[in-house]
Amino acid sequence: MLIFERSHPGRRNAAQAPLLDAQPSGIPAALLRTDKPLLPETSEMDTVRHYTRLSQKNFSIDTNFYPLGSCTMKYNPRACNSLAMLPQFLARHPLAPDRTGQGFLACMHDLQEILKDVTGMAGVSLTPMAGAQGEFAGIAMIRAYHDARGDTARTEIIVPDAAHGTNPATAVMCGYTVKEIPTDREGDVDLDALRAAVGPQTAGLMLTNPSTLGVFEKQIQDIQKIVHDAGGLLYYDGANLNAILGKVKPGDMGFDVIHMNLHKTFSTPHGGGGPGAGAVGVGKRLLPFMPIPLAGKEGNAYRWLTEKDLPQSIGRLSAWMGNAGVLLRAYVYARMLGAEGMHRVADFATLNANYLMAELAKVGYTIAFPQRRASHEFIVSAKALKDATGISAMDVAKRLLDKGFHAPTTYFPMLVAECLLIEPTETESKETMDAFVAAMKEIWDEAHATPDLVKGAPYTLPVRRLDDVKAARELDLAWKPNA
Amino acid sequence: MSNPSNLKYTASHEWVKTEADGTITIGITQHAQELLGDMVFVESPAVGRKLKAGEECAVVESVKAAADVYAPVGGEVVAANGELDGAPEKINADPYGAWIFRLKPDNAADLNGLMDAAAYEAHAASEAH
Repeated sequence: MLIFERSHPGRRNAAQAPLLDAQPSGIPAALLRTDKPLLPETSEMDTVRHYTRLSQKNFSIDTNFYPLGSCTMKYNPRACNSLAMLPQFLARHPLAPDRTGQGFLACMHDLQEILKDVTGMAGVSLTPMAGAQGEFAGIAMIRAYHDARGDTARTEIIVPDAAHGTNPATAVMCGYTVKEIPTDREGDVDLDALRAAVGPQTAGLMLTNPSTLGVFEKQIQDIQKIVHDAGGLLYYDGANLNAILGKVKPGDMGFDVIHMNLHKTFSTPHGGGGPGAGAVGVGKRLLPFMPIPLAGKEGNAYRWLTEKDLPQSIGRLSAWMGNAGVLLRAYVYARMLGAEGMHRVADFATLNANYLMAELAKVGYTIAFPQRRASHEFIVSAKALKDATGISAMDVAKRLLDKGFHAPTTYFPMLVAECLLIEPTETESKETMDAFVAAMKEIWDEAHATPDLVKGAPYTLPVRRLDDVKAARELDLAWKPNA
Repeated sequence: MSNPSNLKYTASHEWVKTEADGTITIGITQHAQELLGDMVFVESPAVGRKLKAGEECAVVESVKAAADVYAPVGGEVVAANGELDGAPEKINADPYGAWIFRLKPDNAADLNGLMDAAAYEAHAASEAH
């Protein structure tokens, strides 16, 4: 039930009611609205109950194991939250002079330095507001680089088919055409196809590594050489950075630009549609083109660097400093971990994924790339299960909800039939993962003994199976009163 | 459901039917609709548009993904199936009946380069990982 449907004319939340005689100053009377805004009229208690109930319906990392592949749903430490909520940060006005915001600027500068160090890049800009905007910034910088050299015949971006779906979209948004190249049976880029694809028209390559198939690209050095020899630049989609954090540096692999999803790897709360932070790191060639503002340091003083300092910058991506609150949380997380802790993130993210993969294989599930070590995530294909029992990956996912687990990512990547993409992250204990394996075993047995039970799941949640088709066709997101 | 033997097929999972007047009718295969799942939207090419072989010309969108449909051979669009506008699910129910668009091929001999049903079935099987 919507809060609007609880509305009762005249009922007021008295403590928070606006003063009726308060008039906004300076706005001409002709421009003021005369009808009342369509806000729900509910009592304070009804409002509290409504939102408390909603929060209880939420399936979140704070309540359940959440192995949603590609999303890195790790625990969000409370310390990051409480330190980012210090009143000195919250009350800081973005237009305040640099000298009154030295603490915040110092945190942003340190975060830039930490990210440079952990990725091996020459510069970092924190302003992109999400992963997709980080990708946009990265490809816009590649375009600015070629344009600045007068090299305007480069019109193509190469994208392997195991890349994130956002990669080709980003290339198109930046005015490029996309050339897709296939993956070989091992899950690596097909090098012959790459050699055939590059040429004087190649602006760059976008690579997700580890790929969406959950494997680390073995031929990364060959790929780097082929693209650079053709005059293209290399873009690293860092969405899966959790697997290699502190272990391998994209800068060392020869990449020219990387975006990082700080909301994933650096553990800021996400999953409800935002807010994110998609910081970009660049190699030397792209330093002049970074999006502004950057946090600069001169002596012991910090200041914002703007277009005066970077006249070739691709510009601003947000009004101020990206999602400042998210960046602060990521900064605290990075400082709590330290360099040693980041190594342990990659160690345990990878160990957990490989343990879970081995245990699920024992139950009977088909591993998509059994000959490869998993990175931080891996793919189970339910194709054989579906052929034998009629139970699809979606049925398994829905039944998991009844057993108290968030479902893995389903039907992505599309290269693998009936796939479940599973990412436990480093923050889960062996006991939790064992409980998940036990649930997957129960579902396996149910699929063979009582398949209709699985097909009807979930039974224990506030809603059963939703009508995906209706939801996609009738995007009805706004409430309006009955006429 | 097997793939009808009177149709031709492409590697990108379109089926092609040659009509009596020499135009060709194009849709997506049973295999393609099964992979994509429940359809929610179909965008057909405009009538009169000239297409090159392999050109992206239509979009089918399902609850899982959006996929491009490609021109099997070069030609001019002579019709689009307006019935799919409000009912894209017809592709799921009857993939070989729910056509998407019709082309007048530039060169009828180009159709000889397409696959027959047996070759297409082998191709679809080889693509499954």
